[in-house]
Amino acid sequence: MARAATTADAFNAVAEPRRRQILDVLAAGERPVNDLVVQLGLAQPQVSKHLRVLREVGAVEVREAGRQRLYRLNGAALKPIHDWVKEYERLWSERFDELDVVLEQLQEKEAEDGSSE
Amino acid sequence: MAAVSSGTAKVTLPTDEQILITREFDAPKHLVYRAWTTPELVRRWWHANRGEMTVCEIDLRVGGTWRYVMIADGGLEVGFHGEYREIVPNERLVSTEVYEGIPDAEEHAAVDILTLTEADGRTTLTILVEHPTKDGRDAHINSGMEAGMQDAMDLLEEVAASLA
Repeated sequence: MARAATTADAFNAVAEPRRRQILDVLAAGERPVNDLVVQLGLAQPQVSKHLRVLREVGAVEVREAGRQRLYRLNGAALKPIHDWVKEYERLWSERFDELDVVLEQLQEKEAEDGSSE
Repeated sequence: MAAVSSGTAKVTLPTDEQILITREFDAPKHLVYRAWTTPELVRRWWHANRGEMTVCEIDLRVGGTWRYVMIADGGLEVGFHGEYREIVPNERLVSTEVYEGIPDAEEHAAVDILTLTEADGRTTLTILVEHPTKDGRDAHINSGMEAGMQDAMDLLEEVAASLA
């Protein structure tokens, strides 16, 4: 049913706007921490703190590449959020499908009446 | 059921407090507006095949109120109500929305902004739902989920019964 919030779930991790920004940047590809520091305009310790939270829920993964540590997005960890919104989206999709039927009938009626008010 | 769907609804979460719903319709905006604001017509689509709409009241004037109640097929009752704040016929409708299923519902009232834009006889509908808090926004999305879960349970029950 309703989601259960814990301190370390994906919902919590993306509740912070800066962390969503990090995910947006990483969505374009792998990045070293310095790129994130520049793009976000934050100090490195803050960026690292956010990255740690994102790594704890698996939303971000890291690998060593020479002297660099590269961070990348792991979309699968964000699936619970996607699923959560998906159900709401399905409700509206079905509502709108019914609305299509109503609109079709209104259009037919208007055509028969020969007026478009 | 006969009509071809013009596409699925797109739901995004622009900020922590917002929900944005977008959909295009193969009809001019004055008809979408009519279907949106006429109780007899709303009763025909708002249920989303999840149950029966038992209350549909619309007092379409600034300061007027609205209330929708549906009893889902599994028996769960969901109610929403609000007040109209701004009305531009066929184009824009601003109203408050209270989900009656949460504690202190009135304090968590959202503001819904409906806009209709027409191009070549087709209408793009957007609903921006703005909640005062993230928790309120999340509860709102859960309300859809709970009705959906109920729906899924009912289907499961039907399938199980047909197998018996």
